Parts: sequence; structure tokens; C-alpha cells
Amino acid sequence: MSGARVGVVTFPGTLDDQDAARAVRLAGAEPVPLWHADHDLKGVDAVFLPGGFSYGDYLRCGAISRFAPLMDELIPAARSGLPVLGTCNGFQILCEAHLLPGALTRNASLHYVCRDQGIRVVNNRTAWTRDFEQGQDIVLPVKHGEGRYVASDETLAELESTGRVVFRYLGGNPNGSLNDIAGITNETGTIVGLMPHPEHAVEELVGAPSTDGRAFFTSILKKLVNA
Amino acid sequence: MTTDNVKRAGETPDEAMPYAELGMKLDEYDKVKDILGRRPTSSELAIYSVMWSEHCSYKSSKVHLKQFATKAPASEALLVGMGENAGVVDIGDGWAATFKIESHNHPSYVEPHQGAATGVGGIVRDIMSMGARPIAVMDALRFGAADAKDTRRVLPGVVEGISHYGNCLGLPNIGGEVVFDPCYIGNPLVNALCVGLLRKDQIKLATAPGPGNKVVLFGASTGPDGIGGASVLASATFEDGSEAKRPAVQVGDPFMEKLLIECCLELYAADVVVGIQDLGAAGVSCATTELAAKGTGGMDVTLDLVPLRDPNLRPEEILMSESQERMMAVVRPSDIPAFMAICQKWDVPATVIGEVTDTGRLVMTWRGEVIVDIPPGTAADDGPVYQRPFHEPAGQQALNADTPDSLERPADLKQALLQLLGSPNVASKEWVTSQYDRYVRSNTVLAQPADAGVLRISEHMEGAVETKRGIALATDGNGRYTRLDPYTGAQLALAEAFRNVATTGAKPLAVTNCLNFGSPEDPEVMWQFAEATRGLADACRALGVPVTGGNVSFYNQTGSQAIHPTPVVGVLGVIDDVSKRIRSGFVAEGLKVLLLGETKEEFGGSEWAHVAHGHLGGLPPEADLEAEKQLAEVLVEAGRRGLVEGSHDLSDGGLAVALAEACLAQGVGATVTLGGDPFVDLFSESASRVLVAIRPEAFEELAALCGDHEVPCYGLGTTGGDALVVEGVLEIPVTELRQTHESTLPALFG
Repeated sequence: MSGARVGVVTFPGTLDDQDAARAVRLAGAEPVPLWHADHDLKGVDAVFLPGGFSYGDYLRCGAISRFAPLMDELIPAARSGLPVLGTCNGFQILCEAHLLPGALTRNASLHYVCRDQGIRVVNNRTAWTRDFEQGQDIVLPVKHGEGRYVASDETLAELESTGRVVFRYLGGNPNGSLNDIAGITNETGTIVGLMPHPEHAVEELVGAPSTDGRAFFTSILKKLVNA
Repeated sequence: MTTDNVKRAGETPDEAMPYAELGMKLDEYDKVKDILGRRPTSSELAIYSVMWSEHCSYKSSKVHLKQFATKAPASEALLVGMGENAGVVDIGDGWAATFKIESHNHPSYVEPHQGAATGVGGIVRDIMSMGARPIAVMDALRFGAADAKDTRRVLPGVVEGISHYGNCLGLPNIGGEVVFDPCYIGNPLVNALCVGLLRKDQIKLATAPGPGNKVVLFGASTGPDGIGGASVLASATFEDGSEAKRPAVQVGDPFMEKLLIECCLELYAADVVVGIQDLGAAGVSCATTELAAKGTGGMDVTLDLVPLRDPNLRPEEILMSESQERMMAVVRPSDIPAFMAICQKWDVPATVIGEVTDTGRLVMTWRGEVIVDIPPGTAADDGPVYQRPFHEPAGQQALNADTPDSLERPADLKQALLQLLGSPNVASKEWVTSQYDRYVRSNTVLAQPADAGVLRISEHMEGAVETKRGIALATDGNGRYTRLDPYTGAQLALAEAFRNVATTGAKPLAVTNCLNFGSPEDPEVMWQFAEATRGLADACRALGVPVTGGNVSFYNQTGSQAIHPTPVVGVLGVIDDVSKRIRSGFVAEGLKVLLLGETKEEFGGSEWAHVAHGHLGGLPPEADLEAEKQLAEVLVEAGRRGLVEGSHDLSDGGLAVALAEACLAQGVGATVTLGGDPFVDLFSESASRVLVAIRPEAFEELAALCGDHEVPCYGLGTTGGDALVVEGVLEIPVTELRQTHESTLPALFG
């Protein structure tokens, strides 16, 4: 499986970049640091947009990041099929960049919430979920203050009817997301955004009490190797 | 508008200066005049008033804090001791850890969100300034009664402030405490701890050596926030109309702090920093005087060059501002371009504002005039030192005589346990901790509600070798115990933190403390302080763990009503192989449950007396430090040999609460049998006790290990089932325990 190169983007205020790089490395791929101010994707095979508070989340989560020089390169590449995974703030950035529809707003509880969250995999056909079973129940940590997924009725209906909802919260919706949506994908299944954090659930010793996050990374590696 | 300068000060020796408004006593002001041989300028007065404030100079506590050095046990692990921004401890394999706890109590009452947030920011910068990467935070919090109206204002704001600031920095919050007691109403305690990691050979110090080296101020610009936060300035003004109302509470920007962290680490890696100091209390005054005093001795500063958020700030205000997210570095002239390039990469503004000299003077100019010309050590190190009078409080003996012996004991022990488990101090703190990110950086092995937070060491730094090591951290403090007996109470705080670290299998190495007390001008409070410091210093020596630094917070009182004396003690430990850490509670079915340690009838200051009777009297449990030390050695060795699957320390609420919490950890029940009076066995708070769960086949080896250390070891029963069963006494389903434990805080705070 060696040889696959997965870019990990760092904006000012990105926090989970070292975690993401470690998860990529543990899966057997090479993590490639990508810097927000560079117009350079360094020829990577896929991109991970990790969580954090890019640009302090000022204005609106992800609103400033979408204008970063790197995004000038990433947006067209993603539209052309480059696999991209955005978690938490990365998901927010993908929505702000219109690579995914809808928006993430303040949690219904008005509190930041960090907990181990039950999640159901409802689409295992994306580039990042092929190693899950359809309908598999997993546990991943969530940790966010603005993770409530909202979209217009039309968009929601389209996401639901085309199978583009990838993950739903189980056992209690942590943020008030519509239809319990935890993650979605684009039309072609190459771009996935979710609020939970697979990179914190890849090792027995640390992080969440699960290793369910590994399948994200093995999924993309298989796709890249088989491509 | 004229500026008071040195020349003018010489010409107008008798001009009245507002020293009293700045919180200075007349004899202190006279001492400044003696030092300078003239009256101070208004800028010099600003510097001395904040540097000689209680907060910065420790003038009332110094004579007592000395014991932490004079009684310090020999320690091979100690690399940097008290007096620097934070202590540094050798944790092996070339790694060092630096940690410190600090109070932000008063600001957190005035403005809970910003007060608590900037408390986190301040302690994180202390850790950064040692050359370390901050890797985790924890908080020890005290509030008024849980159902008090003001607690509903203060607690959510404090938690949100810590949550927002810490989460934005990407630092896992791995533990701490939340305690309620009516004595903290009006005086909540917010004690923030940060731990950092560095290579042993990369320690940075706050010093400005080398004449000709440049002084760089970097980070946020300076604004009118927090002026006089350290002194009692509040709203005093230097000149009419020079400012509007100045908020004395600082406002934090965690995004800038996160950039500062990454920027500093890159500056250290590039080796372009000679000395560094964070700007906290007393801002530019503190950084310049301390850097200069510890370096070659002199510094020239052009104060006009300080980047300002408000161009109308006066020099006195610039000197006293406590604007957040600022650092000061000493840099060789040839390194300035590289230094500036790194700051630019991280969008961190940086400005050269001065130069190191060998004149022995700190000289500052403003608009071309000399406004400060002082020997920096006189402000930084030679502040007043007070031998405050102290005596035992008038009611102390009556308090100690009012023992809990006559309190009515419960007939129904099941109800007694449920009442305790649902009481605010014992109830689950998940409402608080779920607002903190405990996972970021992916090194968190254990976090709340475990007895101690545990992190693996996996930073990638130049020269670093792979290590299996981990560190463990815990904070503890019991105000009720310390109220009953400050000497023993402080020792019990250390003993509990020490024990909590050992329950994870980590060897305790070093101590930090935050000493929260009422007014030092009250001899009864001062007695509490003197006794507590004496007790803590003696206990550190007995347990072999030195104090590496900390903080004193006085004046936690409203009118004549002081808080319970509340020393909060943090202990850092190291574990050789972090994969062998002992997990928390009953981690599987079919394990043997053992109680290590001796149970005596000790109810003074207990949670049961507090909850069931609102009683505080008698004496706290005995602090048997030798027993504590032996117990820790057993736990560390048992962890190393893999003899223990799960553990939990006994503290507030005794064995009953410990059993319930151990069941709740993984939802595994247990059946146990008691030997003596069930009420005493279940609710006494004797120290030096731990609950362990082991594989049955490990029993003989563990029992032998306990025998070697003379640690009593009692078989209580086994884990399994879906209820906590104390044979012949009580049976409670785990679901009921959980419901009781978890519903209290949400019901109070929404």
C-alpha cells in the first residue's frame, strides 16, 4: 500500500493536523504537510482538512479559510475528483467553499460538546467509507461548538434521495443537526465532510475508546492503490 | 499634555504622587525615593507599584514560601526550581516536563468568561517561556453553593471561558476539580494548570544577557485592558481625561495565543532566542525589569515603539497594561532577520523596542525624554518583605472540639450513599468536562473522571528519541480539611494528588501549588497560611517531591469573611511504559476487588458530615505520609509488573463513593463484603487508601508486594453483574447509580 501521499492542511489555528498526519502514517500512507499560504498541493493523492479554529473562526467557521491561497488550488482539484476528507472545522470549510451543500451552525445546546458518539454508517460507497459495512454502528469522538448541520428542504431532500448522507448520529443527537446528519458527501462520493473525528479513534492506547476511525484511512488507501 | 520625566522629577522633589491610589504604603513609597535618590516619575511609580504589589512581589508570603526551598528533599529530577516562570523536571530519555498552576480568581468573579479564559492563557505562556510546547491543561475550580443564584452566573461563564480558550489552543483538558461550598460565594477560585514538554537541553530562561542584544516585543498589541490588574489600581487615573473607564479584566484572543505557541516553538528550533519572558501580571513593567535584572543588568527601551491598540495610551498605562498574548524576547542582532521572518510566517507582529546594556540601569524614553531610569533589580527582586503577624483564630479550638461523633448516623446506608453520590461535590462533573476537548493532539491516555490525567510522550522534536514514557498529573485540595487544621489539610491535599498519580502506575516526581487564602492582613488568615505552608513543606520532604513553583492568591474574602484556606496541590509523575498505565475503576468482570490501606473512624470535615448534616468540625483525617509513600510504591511496582487491571483512589465519601464510581467507570457491577461497622467502613475518609481490581491469579504476588511495604491489603469481593452489592447492607443497580450521579449538574445548570 505504500506510495500513497495524503496531504494534511494547516491553516493558522488548525489543531488536529498532527493527529491527522499520525493517523495517515499509521494506515501506511505518507502524510504531506500542506501550508495554507502556498499555492501548492505538492502532487498529493488525497487531502485531509483537519479540525481546529482556522483563522480563529472569526466571522464564521471556515468563512476566511475558503479564501486561503491553498484553497485556490484545492477547490478545482476537488471538483476534478481529488479525494478530500474534512472533519469538524474541515467540514465547515468544505461547506463554506461550496464543495459540499448546507452549513454548520451553533449547537442547539449552545454549548461546546466533547463526547464519544454513536454513529451509523449509511453510505459505504464513498472514497472514504469503503471499508465500513453498510449500516455499521461505530463510535467516534465529537468535539465542537458549531456542528448543527442545516440545509434547505430541497437540499436535504436531494441528499436523502441520492444517498449522500454518509453518517447519522445514534443514541442522541449532540448538536441538533437536521435528520441526525453527522456527515455527507458530494455527487461522486470523493469529498466527505463530517463533524466527528476519525483521527482520534485509531489507537487503543489514546483517544476515544474505539479504533473505528481506522477504516477511513484504509478505505482511501485501497481506493488510491486500486485506482 | 506634559509627561513626567526624570529631569522634572529631580526639579520637583515635593510634588505629590498618587502612590496610595496605586496601592502603595507610605513607607514603600519612601523606600522608592531612597533607592532613586529623588521622587519617582509617574512611570517609575507605575513600575514599582505593580512590581511591589502582593501579586507580583509575594511580600506577605515570601518568608513562609522559603520553606519550600530550605526543606526541599534532594531530587535528581529537578532541573529548574522555584523562581523561574515554571519548574522543570527530568522525566527520562532526554525529555523534561514543565508545569505550573496559577490563580485567576478575582477576574473570574468580575467577568467569569474572560477572567477564566485569560487565566488559561497566562499559564500557557508561562510554560511556553520555558522553551516547552504546552501539551495539556487542567483546572481546579471552587464555587459557592451549587444552588446559589450567583453560582449560576459564575460557573457557566468560567467553564465557557476555559472551554473556549483552551479548546481554541488545541490543548487537551485532562482533569481537575469542581467543588462547591458556600464559603466561595463572592470569591470563586479558578486555578489553571498547564504542563509542557521539552528536550532537557532546550530549557529557556527569563534573562537578558549580552549588551547590544535586541529586545523584541511580539504578539498582540498593547491596549487599555487589564491596567492595574495586579495592583489595586482599578480606576485610579494619572491625569485628568487621559482615559475613560479602563476595564481591569483582560480580554483574551486564543487564536493569537495559538499562533504565538507555534511561532515560539519555531523560534526556539531555529535557536534565535537568547532569553524570553511572557507578559502577564504587570505587563511590560514586569518583563523588562525581570529580564534586565537576571541578565547583564541593564536595558534601554524606547517606549514609543510599543505597538498600541489605542494611540491615546499614556506611558504609565503602557507599562501597567495586562493585554494578553504578548511575549518579550532577547535576540542577537544578527538573528533579528530570521526572528522576524518566523514571526511573519505566523502573522505575529514583532517589534524591536530596545537593547540590552551593561549600565545596571533600566532606562526608558518617551517622546525623546527619559521617563524611567532605575536599577531593575530594585523593582524585580528587592520589594518589601513583611513578617505579617499571625495567631490561631479565636474559634479554632471550639471548631476542633465540635467533633462529628454525636451526629446521627443513617439507618439506611443505601439512601446515604445515593444522597452523597447525587450531592454536587460528588456528582458527575460531565456537564463541565464535556465542554473541554480532551482528545486533541491524540496523546490522551487518561482524562477526567480518572484519578489523574495521563499523556503519552510522542512529540517530534529535534534530537528526540522514541520513548515509551508517559506523564501523569493530578490536582487536589480540600478546603474543609484545611479549615479544621491547616497544617494537616495542606498535607492531605498533597497526599491525595500524590496518591492519584500513583493509582495510574506513575511515580510522583514534583509538586506545584496554588495557595488560595483570605487577607494576609488578618492575623487569623495569616496563621492559616503559615500553618499550611509549613505542613506542605514538611510533607514534600517526607514524600520526596520538591515544590517547583506555584502561586499565592490572597484577599479571597468579602468583608471579614474569608474563604476556607484552600491550598490546591498539583503533582506530576512519570510512568516508564505508558502502555502499562493502570486504568480507572472496574474495567472487566470477574476481577478480584481489594482495598489497600487502613480504615479508621474519621469523619471530621467529611463529605458525609457536610451533606447529611451541614456539619464542619473536629479534626480532619490523619495524614500518615509514610503509609502514603509505601502505598504509592506498591502501586507503581504493581503497575510495572502488570498486577493491577483497574484502580480508584478513596477520598471524598470514602469507600462507598469509590465503589460506586469504580462501577460507573465501565458500567461493571461488583459484590463486596465488609468486615467492620458498615457505616464506618463505607463512609470514613481515612487517607492512604486505594481500591484495586486484579486478576485472581495476581493476588498472591500483589499481597506479597503489599506485605513487603507493610501496606494493609483486604479482599473485598469480585467485579461483575449489573449492580453494586454490599452483602447484607445494600444493593443498587448500576443504572440507578448512574442516574443519581449524572443528573445533578444538568438539573442545576441546564
